[in-house]
Formats: sequence, structure tokens, C-alpha cells
Amino acid sequence: MEPVVSLASRTVVLPAANIDTDQIIPARFLTTTTRSGLGAQLFADWRYDATGAPRPEFALNLPAAQGCRILVAGHNFGCGSSREHAPWALLDYGFCAVISTQIADIFRNNSLKNGLLPVIVDEATSAWLIAHPGALVSLDVAAGTLRLPTGVTANFPLEAFARHCLLTGVDELGFLLERRAAIEAYERRL
Amino acid sequence: MARAPQTLFDKVWQRHLVSPESAATPAVLYIDLHLIHEVTSPQAFTVLRERALRVHSPARTLATMDHSIPTLTAQVFGGAPIAIDSAARQVRELEVNCAEFGVELLGLTHAQRGIVHVIGPELGLTQPGKTIVCGDSHTSTHGALGALAFGIGTTEVGHVLATQCLLQRKPRTLAVNVSGRRRAGVTAKDLILAIIGRLGVSGGTGHVIEYRGEGVRALDMDERMTVCNMSIEAGARAGMIAPDETTYAYLQGRPRAPRGAAWESALSLWRELPTDAGAQFDRELNVDAAGVEPMITYGTNPGMVIPIGGEIPRRPGDAAFAQALAYMGLTPGEAIKDQPVNVVFLGSCTNARLSDLRAAAQLLRGRRIAPGLTMLVVPGSQQVKREAEAEGLDRVFLEAGAEWRESGCSMCLGMNGDVVPRGQYAVSTSNRNFEGRQGAGARTLLASPLTAAASAVRGRVTDPRELM
Ligand code: SF4
Repeated sequence: MEPVVSLASRTVVLPAANIDTDQIIPARFLTTTTRSGLGAQLFADWRYDATGAPRPEFALNLPAAQGCRILVAGHNFGCGSSREHAPWALLDYGFCAVISTQIADIFRNNSLKNGLLPVIVDEATSAWLIAHPGALVSLDVAAGTLRLPTGVTANFPLEAFARHCLLTGVDELGFLLERRAAIEAYERRL
Repeated sequence: MARAPQTLFDKVWQRHLVSPESAATPAVLYIDLHLIHEVTSPQAFTVLRERALRVHSPARTLATMDHSIPTLTAQVFGGAPIAIDSAARQVRELEVNCAEFGVELLGLTHAQRGIVHVIGPELGLTQPGKTIVCGDSHTSTHGALGALAFGIGTTEVGHVLATQCLLQRKPRTLAVNVSGRRRAGVTAKDLILAIIGRLGVSGGTGHVIEYRGEGVRALDMDERMTVCNMSIEAGARAGMIAPDETTYAYLQGRPRAPRGAAWESALSLWRELPTDAGAQFDRELNVDAAGVEPMITYGTNPGMVIPIGGEIPRRPGDAAFAQALAYMGLTPGEAIKDQPVNVVFLGSCTNARLSDLRAAAQLLRGRRIAPGLTMLVVPGSQQVKREAEAEGLDRVFLEAGAEWRESGCSMCLGMNGDVVPRGQYAVSTSNRNFEGRQGAGARTLLASPLTAAASAVRGRVTDPRELM
């Protein structure tokens, strides 16, 4: 995993609450056996109409949204299935961070393991972001802060180990493999 | 020294700590049973290959196929190719991965194959006090037997394959206390839908739920699985029910449950698991089962749920609510009853065990489904299918005009081609009514097997008590 230290980008806003992983990447695209290439199907049923043509009014299809790397969403983003294809699709599309007032547990875990930054903010910050699509936002992983163009700074929580992994690019599997002796000692007690 | 009273969750958590958590690092949690399937495992095996790793404990790993596989007999057992090429590729890839890494596979034509959350308990592999994970969010189902069971992503599938462990922060606990007894015609599905209606779809986030009380003790094992299954729909990763005589009676004699002396020693460990008197939960919710009605969803998440005799709520000024109802083609303030239905799906890890099929068949016996309606009956496992056929339930469904399929996830998530056509209404016994969940543009109403069967007969949303 590449280290994720800081990032600055304009935002794309999807204000709906409870955006589930079936919206992020519909199940019919899960027959893939690789991680790559899912960006084309991100939010497929919202992005494209029944004929496959882009819906011009959908937030990701607006000209101003092109190149934006931060997604702002309503409360409880990423609920539903455990499919890691959801963060894979967001990353493959080009997103590096998701901001919401709540992010579902499994999606948040899956995101951290792939270097997609889950940013949980207070109501007021969220309301400001939702009201200002395209705002230039900067995120600092070490400090756990988000900075709005107004100069206002908000803190976001990040579990200590997850922060360490993001900053150093270390992956958890390496950490677990180093604990093999303790794991085998546990197994001998079973 | 007397130890502090502990919850069921605390005890299972404690017993599985390879190392406890600290401020800097999460706990290393040992996993007793890892279930895998064709959709969320391929990329994990790729990582093992890239890093030249073996499967740490093949004996604690079991693979099956359920999500993308066909349910038409000819495509499962030969005679016709699997219709979706990429699904056929996933099936082959799982076969290759299991053979290469020495993992037992209950493959496409295996007599014990089925939906991963149906076969774990059915085989007696799911046991009280175990830690169980699977790359699937409805792993919460296994908590019905007193296991700590939760869904993980594919990266974590790789972690468990390689080390049999996961890095975890300890979740908080939520007690859902269910008093009273359900009334006739009200099922475990209605109970859990009512609980989700109370908690909301994010109310359980960060928590493990323990379902407790008289109203839970009275449930049989299939019903307990229905309840724990949908814990994730309230945002909780796991739901648990303390093991009791019902649990032990269910497990005894199952093919992979302990036997003889091993059974006796397992039993004495299991009896220590229930939450101690005086143990504290982080949160509690009280529900009276006697007040629960048959429930049905009207919106695009499982928290958008009402009693079947109720009206669709009005929420003026709520744009997201208006959008959900526009997707559903339903109007605030209207009754949900008598809403026309095009498709009925009886299946999924929520409601496709034998007792679910029996309940629906009892209502369908001697009746026909409405003209023009499609009804798909998909047993949760091949064993459920065989048992249902031995009782003649397949005849009841076929004579009523329904289709009878091989087991699998099928129309629960519409990956295998079993989909609800765009714009059509489905009453489904599954667990998610998200936009497009059962096919692009599909409109899902979640309900119990009884409500599904009654609605199939009338071709309209129907309170099953009217036909009982
Ligand atoms: S039946 Fe549905 S919810 Fe259950 S495992 Fe299969 S897809 Fe998931």
C-alpha cells in the first residue's frame, strides 16, 4: 500500500444518507476475480441510464466533478454488504477519501486496508460541505484534521494503528505474520 | 477473587485473544472457523500467491459456492453451461484455489452445498463460543448459536487465510431485551424488522447485539438465525443469542458437531457462556414481542418498515425520503396493503431454511399463485432442498405455480441472472431492499415467508392472517 499522508482536492457531493454498497458497486459486477477496473462501474445505476448512457445531472457526471478526489456523502455511508469491491471501485475511479457523519463499520475497515481515507466529521462540517460542492478541502492524516476553504479546521477520528499503517504504507498482514510465534503458542493451548 | 460479571460477547472475545489491544495496536483475535465463497475470496488467494504464503489452518477453513452460481438444475448438474461466463470463471477459480491451498470445498454439485450461512449451522460446524468469519456481512447469522460471528472484507479474508487471525478493536455491546410472546401469524422476521425499525439502519454501528429475554428464548434455532442474520441491517456487525437447551438439542448429532466424550466436554464449556447476572451492556433497547405485527418494508433500506396494516409515512421536506418513495413508486399516506405484486422470492440466508419453506407451503397448499405473478422458491441448501422434497413441499410449490430451484443466493442479490425486472414489485423474504439489490430498477418489499406466500396467492400485499 502507498503511504497516505495528506491530500487536497475539490469535493463531489452525494447528499443522500445511507448510501449502501449495492449503490457503490452493484452485485452484477462482482463476478470479477481481480481488484482493478471497477471504477467504470462505480455508482453504475445512478451514473448511467438503462441504455448505458451517462445521466448528465448525476453529481459524478458534472463537468466540475472531473478530477475531484474527495467524496462527501450523507450520514451512514457504505452500509450493507461486506464487498471490498466498494472501496476498490472508489479508488479505481480516483477517489482518495470519503467524508460523512457516519461510515459503516465493514466499509470503513475495508477502506483503511486499501488506503481510501474514511473521514467522519461533525454535523456542522458535514452540512457546510454538502452545501458547497466543489469546495477545496485538505486532509492531514497525521494530525487527523480536515481544513475547509473558510479556514475552519475540523478533527476526524482515526484509530492509532490505522493511522500508523496509512502514514507508513505498512500493511496489517505483515504485522500479523510477525506475530506467528504468539499465534502458534495460542494454538498449542487450544 | 470473584471476577466481574461478563457478557456472552466478553467471554467469547476474551477466550480468543492471542494478544489484547493497547492504545497503539488492536487485539489479535483468533478465528476458529473461516467460511469462504466464490465471490469475495479470489483476490485473497491472489495475495497469498504473490507473497508465497500458505493457508495457515486448512482444517479451520471451509469453502462453498452460493452467490453467483445458477439455481437451474441443468446449469448446476450439467446439461447446460453456466449462463454467465464470469460466474463460471469464479466457480473454476475457487476450485483451483481450494485444490492448490488444501482447503475443503463443498462444490457446485456437492450434496452439502448451500448458502454459506445456512450450511455452517446445518453441518454442526457453527458452535457456541466459536469465533466465525466470512467475507459476507450476513455472517452475523451464526451468532444465533452463541458464536461471535461477523463479516469481513477480502483483505481480511487474506489475513485469516494466512494467519487464522484478525486485528480487531473491541466493539461495544447492545442488549436487545425482548419481552412477551409473539402472536399467531407474527414471525421472527417480523420481530427483527420491528427491531430494525426501532434502531434504524445505523443504530447498531460499532456494536455487537445480544438478543435476550423471554421473547428470544422462545424462538427455535431457525428463528434465532433469522433474527441474528439481520443484525447487520441495523449496522451491527454481529448479533448473538446465548446458547441453551434449544441450541444443544439442535446441534447434537449433526455431522460435524462433537460426539461422545468430546460432546460432553464441549457442553460443559458452552454452559459457562451465557451473560452473567449483573453484567453491563453499553446500551439497551427493550422490545415487547406481543406488540409486534406482521411487518413489511416500503422504502429502500430495511429501516423503512411498517406494520402490514399501516400507512406509508409522510415526511414533508425530506428529499431523500421522497427520492426513495419515487424509486419505489409509492405514495406517502397510502396503505401498503393491496399494493400489486409481480414477483415473490422465497429464499436467502434469512428465510430459506426448512421451517420457512414449511410455513409458506402451509399457506400455499391447495391454492394457486395469482395469474401473471412469478414466484421463485430457492432452498437455503441442498440439504434443505432434499428434506423439503421428502415432505412433498416441492409438490406444493409447483402445484401452486411457483418455481422450485437448486440452492443458492439467487434473487437475494441478483448476481446469477435471477433478477426482478425493472420497475416490478417483489415481496421478498431476503434482507435488503436497497435500490437495484434484486436487479436494476427492482422494487423490493421485505417480509416474512408467510406474508410472501399470502401475497403470492392474492397478487397483492396481503396480511397472512387473512388466509390462515
Ligand atoms: S442469501 Fe443474500 S444475504 Fe445471504 S449470503 Fe447470499 S447474497 Fe448474502
